[in-house]
Amino acid sequence: MAFINPKTKEVQIKIVYYGPGRGGKTTNLEYIFNKFNSRIKSEMVSLKTHGDRTLFFDFLPFDIGNVLGHALKVQLYTVPGQVKYNATRRVVLRGADGIVFVADAMRVVRAKNILSLKNLYENLKDYNRSIFKVPLVFQYNKMDLAEQGIPLLSYERLEKDLNSQLKVPSFPASALRGTNVAKTLKKIITLTLPSLQRNLRKEVVN
Amino acid sequence: MSYTLDSKQLDAIEDMLQHDLIDMGVTCVILIDMAGNIIANLDNGKKKHDIYSLAALAAGNFGAVSAMAKIIGEEEFSLLFHKGKKENIHFSRVADDFLMVSIFGNDVSLGFLRLKVAETIKALRSILESTMSS
Repeated sequence: MAFINPKTKEVQIKIVYYGPGRGGKTTNLEYIFNKFNSRIKSEMVSLKTHGDRTLFFDFLPFDIGNVLGHALKVQLYTVPGQVKYNATRRVVLRGADGIVFVADAMRVVRAKNILSLKNLYENLKDYNRSIFKVPLVFQYNKMDLAEQGIPLLSYERLEKDLNSQLKVPSFPASALRGTNVAKTLKKIITLTLPSLQRNLRKEVVN
Repeated sequence: MSYTLDSKQLDAIEDMLQHDLIDMGVTCVILIDMAGNIIANLDNGKKKHDIYSLAALAAGNFGAVSAMAKIIGEEEFSLLFHKGKKENIHFSRVADDFLMVSIFGNDVSLGFLRLKVAETIKALRSILESTMSS
């Protein structure tokens, strides 16, 4: 849950990148870290296995400007995508203000995308939260692989598989190349802002 | 989990942490929520840490350890503490949704710290529990 500090005039919001293993969650953060280096005061924290797979989480805090006189600090997290790390995913998901679901557009991973989304639904339920109410954006990653002849799911197929009921914003993307990475992030921040602004206005009035 | 803190409450929390812990020799105290947000952060001015990363890792660490406790049939562990060569770190839950992280050198004994932390938590609880809403 977003924390508004009336003393320091800061707002901290937590965005979690979720999705199946090897889908591109960490790559999203790495791209953001490299691209927006000037706004990022600290190093990206990455807890990985020897095989470069996220073990616990990645963490990247950065400042994105002001909202109603408060400095907005966004804290980006990724979760480990492998099925066996569900307990860890639940820990990292706690208090998330917004979620980016990074789906893997490769055809061979279709079932994993759906399982991962179901897993997100269940983990949110454990926190008495509904996937239908949490600010959520889909990113359909690895669209650049089409150039290499790798069979991909179409945008329409991914929408039907994942977004037919939720109907939230979605972006075809390439985290490796940075295509739509910033747009995805901007969108999820925008979606988390309305409820934040309501609380900020109460704060300002008080 | 939803809570609101105003400037007065934050001042009271900071005064408490300063008086009870920092003035007693603790290097740094961070009060966070379980999502990793920093509520209060005080230090003795001698060393600056990357507190945002520390807060995220502390919340994750505590969450993971709590999950492990439940797996083995414990409600929670009464002590979570890591000992270093020069600096040590102690974690303590405050009410249901907050965590106090204390960094201290070898000039402060763990026993003394735990005593002071327990006293501080008692006082903090009344402030933090009043901020919670359903």
